[in-house]
Amino acid sequence: MDKIKIIDLKKRFDEGRWISDGLNLDIPAGKTTCIIGQSGEGKSVLLKQIIGLIQPNSGEILVDGINIVELKGEERQKNFKKFGYVFQFAALLDSLTVFENIGIVELELGHDPAQVREKVLEKIALVNLREDVIDKYPSELSGGMKKRVGLARTLMGNPEIILYDEPTTGLDPITARVIHELIADMQKKLGITSVLISHDVEVFKYVDKISLLYKGEIISSVDADKVWDSQDPYMYQFIRGLIEGPIQREIPDDKNKM
Amino acid sequence: MITRFIDSIGLVSLNICNQFGLYGQFLSSTFVVMFTQRLNVKKFFVQMERIGVDSLPICSLIGVFSGAVMTLQTYYGFAKFGSENMIGPVVALSLTRELGPVLTGIMVTGRCGSSIAAEIGTMRITEQIDALETLCIDIFRYLMVPRVLASIVILPFVTLFTMFFGIWGGYIIYRYYFHLNAIEFTEGIKDFLELSDITGGLIKGSVFGLLLSSIGSFFGYYTRGGAKGVGSSTIQSVVVASIAILISNYFLAMLLFEKT
Repeated sequence: MDKIKIIDLKKRFDEGRWISDGLNLDIPAGKTTCIIGQSGEGKSVLLKQIIGLIQPNSGEILVDGINIVELKGEERQKNFKKFGYVFQFAALLDSLTVFENIGIVELELGHDPAQVREKVLEKIALVNLREDVIDKYPSELSGGMKKRVGLARTLMGNPEIILYDEPTTGLDPITARVIHELIADMQKKLGITSVLISHDVEVFKYVDKISLLYKGEIISSVDADKVWDSQDPYMYQFIRGLIEGPIQREIPDDKNKM
Repeated sequence: MITRFIDSIGLVSLNICNQFGLYGQFLSSTFVVMFTQRLNVKKFFVQMERIGVDSLPICSLIGVFSGAVMTLQTYYGFAKFGSENMIGPVVALSLTRELGPVLTGIMVTGRCGSSIAAEIGTMRITEQIDALETLCIDIFRYLMVPRVLASIVILPFVTLFTMFFGIWGGYIIYRYYFHLNAIEFTEGIKDFLELSDITGGLIKGSVFGLLLSSIGSFFGYYTRGGAKGVGSSTIQSVVVASIAILISNYFLAMLLFEKT
């Protein structure tokens, strides 16, 4: 069963090019879907449309059968509660400690800080962080630690769906692997529906479905275990990083310039 | 050539109207949240300290020198007519009605309005505001209301300091530079200065606090682009808030002091 269904989604900023141009995508419940595509193709914009941070020009995004594009006010807030969003650079509030970042929602609601601390420590353990990071500021953390804190913050809300925006960008291969395993682990333990954006082919080992975004459309979707056997020319070229193929390169090569 | 010129005027006008509309919406959202949701008291006091208490030294300093220079300049005019006893009331009235609130407003705009725009702008471009939204935290309650309310409440106190130190600066020059009779200075103030002059100045301070903090927050919230976007939001917030303070000062003066 599909948790999220995107139908004929269109989005452009001002009078620019269509970033989503009649995009259709089905995201199965309890599985991890990875969206791949070239840089600047609009993957992050798609993720922000799925959660409702960016409004599309037209089209439908059905989450549990409800079109979230039309939601406003409290209904929109309710929809946010279903989601967790792990930002590309973690988006931690730099004036707050790790504890305050992770427990921000509960602290804002006026919950007892001691109880919030316990819950935060639980989530910290879940993302394999040491307890002593709790009183540090984001500026004192490494990139990988920040992303794990971002994930812990997301888990505090017990979301049904987690959206990961390039969770391993800028990380060394070992840390990237730790993050990938963590995502797979979260999915196994909590049965969360996950949507992940990545350029890293290593992630294919940890996801269930791979969809390729090109020119504002999902042009190919395959099961992760069959991705390397896919004969779709776009998918074939992209995952192997081939220069020749139907996907046009962003920067023309020297021959073309001449 | 002419049509292009008219086009550009039209575009600029549309842009200004658009910005006014957005600002109106932004301000009304801030007020709705201010009066309908629980105040984040801790953040409110932190902002009171940042905007108000930390601005006291600089505002007191500019107050002293503004009062001093007013005494210095008015002395030469009044001395020609033997009316040196009027220097005290002129300095006091100018500082309480106009200079105190306006100088405080512009000084705090430079000091804090810019920092509000830069702080919120940085949060916008680093997706911290998006993160708050996804966590269902009301941006207006979390970011705008503490800053705007703190400015409205604390600016009159800072203005009071500027007024007091301004009059004191004027007194120092009157007494120790021109060696005039200090009692004439203070008696003149007692005779001419009314409570409404001070309260009028404090009301202005409060309005300027609202303007500088809401304009700073507005430009920060709508920041686009990277570091350059934050820079331009900061500049715009200072320029627009300073102009808004000077224009609103004229209307407030008409409203508050028209009959006196």
